[in-house]
Amino acid sequence: MPVALFVPCYIDQFFPDVAIATLELLERLGVNVCYPEGQTCCGQPMANTGCNQDTEPVARRLVKLFADFDAVVCPSGSCVSMVRNHYGAYFSPDDAEFKHVTENTYELCEYLHDVIGLDHLDVKFPHRVSLHQSCHGLRELRLGQSSESMTERENKVRNMLNLVQGIQWVEPDRPDDCCGFGGTFAVNEADVSAEMGRARIADHCGKGSEVLASADMSCLMHLQGLIRREHNPIQVMHVAQILSGRPLGSV
Amino acid sequence: MANMTGHHSNNTDARQAILDRINTKQVTAPALPDVDVTRVIVFDDPLEKFAEMLAFVGGQAHVVDSASDIKPILDQIDVFRDATRIVSLVPEAISGTVDATQVDDPHELATIDWTIARGEFMVAENGAIWIDGDSLPHRVLLFIAQYLAIVVPKSKIVSNMHQAYEQIEGYQSRFGVFVSGPSKTADIEQSLVLGAHGCRKLQVFIVANA
Amino acid sequence: MLPIVEHPAAAKKFVTDPNRSRWHDQALWFVRSKRDKQAASLPEWEYLRETASQIKTHTIANLAFYLQQFEDNAIARGAQVHWALDAAHHNEIVLGILKDHKTKRIVKSKSMLTEECGLNHFLEDNGIDVVDTDLGERIVQLRGETPSHIVLPAIHIKKEEVGDTFHQHLGTDEGASDPKYLTEAARGHLRSKFLAGEIGITGVNFAIAETGGIVVCTNEGNADLGTSLPKVHIACMGIEKLLPRQRDLGVFTRLLARSATGQPITSYTSHFTGPRDENSELHIVLVDNGRSRLRESESFRAAMHCIRCGACMNTCPVYRRSGGHSYRATVPGPIGSVLSPTRDQNTYKSLPYACSLCGSCTDVCPVKIPLHHQLLAWRGELVGKKLLPRSKRLAMKMASRLFRSPFLFALAGKLGRTALRVLPHWATHHSLNTWTIARELPKPPKESFRDWHRKHRAK
Repeated sequence: MPVALFVPCYIDQFFPDVAIATLELLERLGVNVCYPEGQTCCGQPMANTGCNQDTEPVARRLVKLFADFDAVVCPSGSCVSMVRNHYGAYFSPDDAEFKHVTENTYELCEYLHDVIGLDHLDVKFPHRVSLHQSCHGLRELRLGQSSESMTERENKVRNMLNLVQGIQWVEPDRPDDCCGFGGTFAVNEADVSAEMGRARIADHCGKGSEVLASADMSCLMHLQGLIRREHNPIQVMHVAQILSGRPLGSV
Repeated sequence: MANMTGHHSNNTDARQAILDRINTKQVTAPALPDVDVTRVIVFDDPLEKFAEMLAFVGGQAHVVDSASDIKPILDQIDVFRDATRIVSLVPEAISGTVDATQVDDPHELATIDWTIARGEFMVAENGAIWIDGDSLPHRVLLFIAQYLAIVVPKSKIVSNMHQAYEQIEGYQSRFGVFVSGPSKTADIEQSLVLGAHGCRKLQVFIVANA
Repeated sequence: MLPIVEHPAAAKKFVTDPNRSRWHDQALWFVRSKRDKQAASLPEWEYLRETASQIKTHTIANLAFYLQQFEDNAIARGAQVHWALDAAHHNEIVLGILKDHKTKRIVKSKSMLTEECGLNHFLEDNGIDVVDTDLGERIVQLRGETPSHIVLPAIHIKKEEVGDTFHQHLGTDEGASDPKYLTEAARGHLRSKFLAGEIGITGVNFAIAETGGIVVCTNEGNADLGTSLPKVHIACMGIEKLLPRQRDLGVFTRLLARSATGQPITSYTSHFTGPRDENSELHIVLVDNGRSRLRESESFRAAMHCIRCGACMNTCPVYRRSGGHSYRATVPGPIGSVLSPTRDQNTYKSLPYACSLCGSCTDVCPVKIPLHHQLLAWRGELVGKKLLPRSKRLAMKMASRLFRSPFLFALAGKLGRTALRVLPHWATHHSLNTWTIARELPKPPKESFRDWHRKHRAK
């Protein structure tokens, strides 16, 4: 069976190139990728609001849709975390489809790193790049070592980007402070959210980064909204776009 | 929130009500774990680590051969030379000017300049020294003196707090304290200031031939 | 009934003043950075967290046993043990002890429990003079405020403001704001209070069941000074402060100060077992105040592990920007947002949403409370009790409908993108669209991924 591409709802509608880049990258690596029609959303907006009854049918739909694939790959740590860490609330623990899907859903970099074991990419990106580590990728999926944790972990996102030639890494002072997106938090707590985002942008800009890269487009949607409003000299790009060879300015 | 009106029943009733409430909910949990001593840090040179950590927490370590070497070092410190009210609990090192054992009311110790106290052992990982309350005629001596010196035998040192609590397992004193550096505060804009309420400075004398 | 706390509104003034919120953020980040260094200095850090979590889990499960063991041993060592059902009962017990001794002058060291119970106000209303002796708490007390942080009570106050307060109350030089100078002034002022104090009240960091002893940790030495002069010491503690054995302190004393302030240990870690001498008294007040009820909750029981280190506040990006007072609760920040709704769901219902679910609190917590998952769990509870505003519940219901139908979802997306493209900027970016108050909306692409895929990969 092929691998299913799981495209988060906001990427589908607002950032299709992130999904195209993900698809093209996987195809180029020889993965038999399929995009199951009919997919919508993982249910996280409702779940994070606490509306569990509204989440359940959406979660069940997703599991059904992906149940027949060997693996599910998604260019968003946050949505993968929703499936892997929070779907337990909506299924019986011995539900075979639930188990299969939650155990085989991967964030893109995680899939490249752990399953494909990618160690070479013929891609250049000669720019100053800083990494925005999304909280859910970092602390829910453990794609890297969060700065609070003393458990050593490989940084899978950075490892993948390190395969790209020409990246000059720029390190922000705070490696993993939250950008303030947080789903509905961005609207509920708009002032705090915006201030958190501005602090991230100032940190990355202040170090001379040209491109703020992240494996989660939701963080970037929020940060880009602030950057465009305040005309900050920095761009955002999804990691999938850099890995697939997109030039600067693709978002 | 429970009954706010009037007075509550007596202590026995409250006690029973709390215990009953807890007992109605049985909770299963793992057994009490013991710390695996092979998994915690120990230092090759604990004394060196102790001195480093004591400096880090704002104290000063002096390694001396014998108790008689302590006074010459203290004499080099202005505020010791000028001190008039000194309580020494380590007479072989310093002869004090105030005999705290003759004092009934601890308030009378308010103007003590220096206390020279006896420490039982050092903890390398955090620069702390255990002081047994039984060594203090008044426990306030440790906290009310403007300056504090602690004398501790060089051989009495452990690496970490697990070993420290092993040392004092079953001690019977009414009071005991780990002292790590002088009294301090950072409550005003996170600026560290030594000498909040207790001692302004801490000297630790580590005596080889105690 | 308490007024409903709306965190976003309560935070607005603080967060929209960059001079305040960015300064506050930096101060707390500095503390967290110190914590990181200390945690990293111990290779066994994560092992200690795990062990601490297990000890607490075990203790809370067997709480009735350990409370009775503690009581027996404390009494055997000469202490008097009181049991308080709630805040009011606690306050009455303390007042009763003060009345028995006909005292009116109290020196108090830091105790979040007495803050929780509102002891100061209660005693003041009863004509008793309570002096908070922790410098930060004294600053806050003189200003008529409450602590904004459980370890750093005055972290929200600038040194110039402390200078003004001290000028007014302690007679320091006008305009003086040097922390050293101000601390020295407070030392002199509080010395006289210590010497005049008739009873010392302290909190408790740890209580040891097997010895009946209590442990109090301070940097200033105020708990020690406050209890070694007067003949009566009242120690107030929540029933969750117990540890079974003295050697368990080895784990917790290693975690507490490192997590709290990035120190290897507090300056003073004082162990009190029984009263000072035959002529003195030690009263220990064991307070429930909702804890036994919290213990019944599978979702939130682990919050009883909390050792009040404040690390979750220091690391919380929301707390750092919005300040402790925006939570309108004794304990602010992540742990406060878990605990406060257990006291009153309706009043504190906005607090579990004052969180971006970043999870930093969970990773920093020395006793491994799954704080951000508890905050998420709270949201489910609040929605279940219909405490979320109707408009928000309705929006999620609509979203759920949309996501259940790929056709409707695609249609709504297309309409939305088209609207964004054809409508003028002012029509989509206005104050009613909260997203756009500070941010631009994404530039809408002509086609969605699903459209693109149909065109380019259709088989």
